This record gives sequence, C-alpha cells and structure tokens, in this order.
Amino acid sequence: MTPRPFRVKRTYAETDDTFTLELEPERPEEGFAFAAGQFNMLYAYGVGEVPISISGDPLKPLPLIHTTRSVGLVTEALRRLKKGDLIGVRGPFGTSWPVIPARGSDVVIVAGGIGLAPLRPALYHVLRNREDYGQIALLYGTRTPSDMLFTKELEQWRGRFDMDVGITVDRATGSWRGNVGVVTRLISRAPFDPHNTVAMVCGPEIMMRYTVMELTKRGVPESRVFVSMERNMKCGIGLCGHCQFGPSFICKDGPVYPHDVLTPWLRRWEI
Amino acid sequence: MLEALQHNGWTIIGPKVQDGVIVLDEIQSVDDFPIGYSDRQGPARYRLTRRANKAVFGYNVGPQSPKAVLHAARKVIWRGKKNDLKSQETAEPLPHIAFVGIRPCELKAILIQDDVLLRGPYGDAFYAARRKNLFFIVVNCGQAGGTCFCASTNSGPKADSGFDLSATELMGNDDHRFLMQAGSRRGEELLASLPARPVTEEDLKESGALFAHAVETMGRTLDTHGLKELLYQQLENPRWQEVAERCLGCGNCTSVCPTCFCSTVEDWTSLDGSEARRERRWDSCFSVDFSYIHGGSIRQTGMSRYRQWMTHKLAAWQDQFGTLGCVGCGRCITWCPVGIDITEEAAAIRSSAQQKEALDGND
Ligand SMILES: Cc1cc2nc3c(=O)[nH]c(=O)nc-3n(C[C@H](O)[C@H](O)[C@H](O)COP(=O)(O)OP(=O)(O)OC[C@H]3O[C@@H](n4cnc5c(N)ncnc54)[C@H](O)[C@@H]3O)c2cc1C
Ligand code: SF4
Ligand code: SF4
Ligand code: FES
Repeated sequence: MTPRPFRVKRTYAETDDTFTLELEPERPEEGFAFAAGQFNMLYAYGVGEVPISISGDPLKPLPLIHTTRSVGLVTEALRRLKKGDLIGVRGPFGTSWPVIPARGSDVVIVAGGIGLAPLRPALYHVLRNREDYGQIALLYGTRTPSDMLFTKELEQWRGRFDMDVGITVDRATGSWRGNVGVVTRLISRAPFDPHNTVAMVCGPEIMMRYTVMELTKRGVPESRVFVSMERNMKCGIGLCGHCQFGPSFICKDGPVYPHDVLTPWLRRWEI
Repeated sequence: MLEALQHNGWTIIGPKVQDGVIVLDEIQSVDDFPIGYSDRQGPARYRLTRRANKAVFGYNVGPQSPKAVLHAARKVIWRGKKNDLKSQETAEPLPHIAFVGIRPCELKAILIQDDVLLRGPYGDAFYAARRKNLFFIVVNCGQAGGTCFCASTNSGPKADSGFDLSATELMGNDDHRFLMQAGSRRGEELLASLPARPVTEEDLKESGALFAHAVETMGRTLDTHGLKELLYQQLENPRWQEVAERCLGCGNCTSVCPTCFCSTVEDWTSLDGSEARRERRWDSCFSVDFSYIHGGSIRQTGMSRYRQWMTHKLAAWQDQFGTLGCVGCGRCITWCPVGIDITEEAAAIRSSAQQKEALDGND
C-alpha cells in the first residue's frame, strides 16, 4: 500500500494532451517486472493517485514507461512533472493480455485513442516472438490525425511485411489522406482467420462494444476477444470497492477480461 | 471477569448508553453497561426503553459496530516529504482490545470483513494490524429486535465460532447468571479463573428456549433461497426505480453496516507543500462520485446506486467472497431516515419476478 519512489528520467509530449513518462526507481535493487496489460497506481505528490497502464516493453521493464492523457487533476499534475521530480508508484496490478495463450493463433489488436498505450506492450511481445504467431493485425483509430500516438513506431510497423496496420481517424484534418471513419470499419477487411484468432481490444467502452460486435460477426468467439475495462479506482488492490463491475473487481479480476465473462453485465446500464 | 481482563492488560470495549443510543465505547466496570435498558427498533425508528429487570444485555445492536474500531472511518495511510517520498506512516497495532458484549451478527460481520480485507491477493496492512490482539466475548441474543433477521442469514441469535468466550444471559427462577462457553484456549483460561459451576440441564433448557424465542420474534425475515440468481436476473425490475424514488442517497445504510468496507482517499499538503498525507475514509456506493470516471459517473441514477448496494450485499458478495454481505443486523433499516427495508425490497423483487413468471406462463 506504500508507493515506491521513482524519479522522472524523461518526459515528452506525444500529442497536445498526451505525454510519456520514463521513470527510474530510487531503489533499483528492488527491481521491477510486469506483464503486458498491467497497470500501476501513480501518485502525484500531494494531488492524488490514478491507475495508468504500463506502455513500455515487458522485456525491458526499466525505465518504467507510462503514456497518459491529461484529462483532470492528477493526470495534469503528472504532465507537469519535470526531469528529476519524484513520483510514487504502486504496482504492477491486474491481469494481462493473453500473449502466451495466443501462440499459434492470428492476433488482431484493435485500439481507440489512448487505448493504444496499454496495448503496446502486447504488440512488443508478439513482434519480438513473431514466429510464434500467425497473422498479426493492428487496427488503430483516433479522433483526428494529431491525436495519433507513437507516430514514429506506427510508421515502422506499417513498413513491416509481416504485419498489417490499419489506421483511421474520425475526422480528417490537415494533409490526412488515409482512412476516415470509425475503427470498427477496418475489421471486416483485416486479414485474419476468425476461427483461429485472438483479439485484444482497448478504447472507449462504446468503441469496444462495436468492435466486439464486428469481430463476432466475422466469427471470432467472444471467449477469444479480450478487452481492458476502466472504472474508478482508489486502491488498485481489491480493498476500496470502487472498481466493482457486477461480481468482479476490475483492479484484481481485470482490467483485461475475455469478453464472454462480461457480456451479461455489459448489456445493462450503469453497472 | 472484567477485572481479570483488565489485569491482563486488555482495554475493554462494549455497549454503553450515550445520548439516548447504545454505542460501543471503553468500559471501566460492569456499571458502564446499559443495565436495565432495552431498545425498540423499526424502520427509521430507534428508542431506548427501560426494562423491568436488571438484565445487563437486554437490548440489541446500536448504530455502531466494531467496524468503527477495526476499519476506522478515517485513517492516515501515507505521510511523507516531497524530497524523498518515504512513508512515515506505519501500521501500528492498537492496544490489546477485548470486545465484551458484541453480538453474534457483529462477530460474523468481522469474519466477513476479514475475508475482504485480509484474504485477497493484497491484505490491508492497517486492518491486519488492528485485527491482531483482539479478544471477543460475544453475548448471544435471547430476544430479537424489530429489524433483526440474523436467523435468515445464519449469523445468530447464537454464535457458533470465532469467539474466545460466548455468554448467554439467563434470569430464570430469579437466578441472574451467565451460561458461558469457551471458543479458544485463551477463553478456556479466562473461564477457569472465574467463579463458575458446571452447566445444568436447567440452564441449557432455559437458553434453548431463549434462542427459540429470539428466532420466533425476529422482526424481519429474508428469503435467501436462490437470491443471487434472482437478483442477477432482475437487474431491470421496475422496483429499483420505485425504491430509488424514496431513497435520499444519504449513505447512512452503508456507514452503519458492519460489513460495508468501501473507502476513498483524500490528499492533503502542508501550507508550504513540503509535506503531504493521504487519508483514507469510508465511502459509500450511494454517492454519485463513487463511480466517477473522466467524462461522468457510471452510476448516474439513484436506481443504479440502490441496485449496486443491494445486489452487492445479497448477490455479488457471494461470488466475490463466498458468503452473503449481510448479517441481518437490521441497522440499515433502523437508521434509514425514510425507513427503506432491505428485506422488504428483496421480497418485492422476488414476488414481482414470480408474478411475471406466472403471467408469462399463462400466455
Ligand atoms: C486499469 C486502468 C488503466 C488506465 N490506463 C491509462 C493509461 O495508460 N493512460 C491514460 O491516459 N489513462 C489511463 N487510465 C485512465 C486514467 O486513470 C484516468 O484518466 C485518470 O484517473 C483521471 O484522473 P484525473 O485526476 O486526472 O481526472 P479527474 O477527472 O480530475 O478525476 C478525479 C478522480 O476520479 C478518478 N477517475 C477519473 N477518471 C478515471 C478513469 N478513467 N479511470 C479510473 N479512475 C478515474 C480518479 O480517482 C481521479 O483522480 C486508466 C484507467 C484504468 C482504470
Ligand atoms: S445490509 Fe443492513 S441488515 Fe445487512 S448487515 Fe448491513 S446493515 Fe445489517
Ligand atoms: S454495498 Fe456499496 S458501500 Fe457497501 S460494500 Fe458494497 S459497494 Fe461498498
Ligand atoms: S480499485 Fe479498489 S477495489 Fe479495485
């Protein structure tokens, strides 16, 4: 329950409102290991603590990498941190993307907006162990071209012959000549075998809902579609009750779930 | 007995009259107990009364439960300086506390909170520290209150386990005495040091009759049969809306409830910003902020918040921790300002589900 002190090694903007922090532990001897999809509770001194997924490479866990969109009090305080500032870290917590069970299957990764950050560790893993997987597709949608995260890496991934990258924006601006429309529209054209695919999805809840619909329409069973859920979290460790979603605690039973487990609850309002 | 405990360094906490209600507080001597008191409870109604005899434990539960001591309403969980972020707050154990005169339902509630706060992948260090060094002398109930339903939730009127000593107050044949049972080695030792005579047939008969009387006169009942499945299937029952129209959303029910464990954290800094602390306090799923995420709260309507509360206590808790999240103490009924009754609401949902089924069956 006590945060570990980390120091900001580097901080840089990804977009107007989204930034990445690289953090080094004050006590490196304690080490740090995480699985793709897990999150940390980040404590901005005197302001508060929020759940943020780890967006770095599980094989190179340090420096610890977090990509965050500034939307309110705590995330804005995180954005203002400077190189050398201290920050409290508790974690890693929660379940992870099924990169091991997905071996031998095609992998489809569908991300909306900031949702690419929690998925990047999974992408690092499958690309590093490329021969373990069938086809790999990344489908990514943002509101506008300037909201796109990790643009340099996206370019590299697009250049690879062993994966498919589909990118779309809700609204084209500037010199955008790519797809326009919601990310779910890319699913019907993506190359994967629905009967042997594992899908990993992260984005706004409404986007995930339509993505799952499209995937099931193509024949991917809901038990092989994984989503990452978001709820208010105060403790991250199953004690404060805030993250309850029906019978489960998202902080410890999630955030990553096979979708079939959630279906009965997602159909109801305000659970 | 109290002296023996005190002599061994235990601080005694038990029921005491304060401002017209029975609270839990430090007990110095037997006279501190609400001797000769009783209470009358109903939906949104609580009144202390006098009884004809000198019973020491002739009443039921007040608004407070041991939760107030073990899972404190406010607790600093972190305190540190800006320049090193080292925590200066440690989980100090409390002094040795003997709870004397808590009820079977309250003991059961502590065991339920243990499941939540100690048995998960990460225990609550502060609760664990306070949970150490406790001694429980539970007093079984020979009478039930107007809002009690522990017989339905299997948590009373007689405690089965979890105590060091249990006591049943007997007054038959003008002989005021306590039927004691040890539940631990420490309990046995304490019992051995007290003036006692062996239990007689007569004592057992009298206590048996008291428990039967308590069960019979229990003010409420809750049908727990298939309750989880029922509530999961009835998430859209119109009754939720109906009760939400009466509910004030005040959160009294969750704060008096001995099993509700939810908390939130508040951040504070010193004026110059060099020091900060994080304070955990009880929270309630009845507040709109409870489910806030960027863009708005998930549970916007009173209907969804009442539904969260009741389905958590009576259904989801079973999936999460293997028990009901309710021990039938009746506090939420007594202390609800508008007298909303969890047993009545559960029964209403059950009967409307049955009616609907019957109608659908007739089609
Ligand atoms: C498992 C998980 C992983 C996440 N990963 C990321 C990530 O990698 N990058 C990123 O930018 N965001 C992520 N989020 C969302 C992020 O936690 C919220 O944007 C953040 O809590 C907002 O806090 P705030 O104080 O800036 O906002 P405010 O609007 O001021 O919020 C006030 C308080 O409400 C709570 N809260 C508000 N929004 C959320 C939310 N969406 N989820 C949980 N609690 C919330 C927090 O306690 C917050 O302090 C994640 C959320 C969860 C649950
Ligand atoms: S829900 Fe009500 S009756 Fe049940 S334990 Fe809580 S306060 Fe007591
Ligand atoms: S009923 Fe509400 S306040 Fe009580 S434990 Fe459940 S979610 Fe928390
Ligand atoms: S965040 Fe506290 S219980 Fe899940």
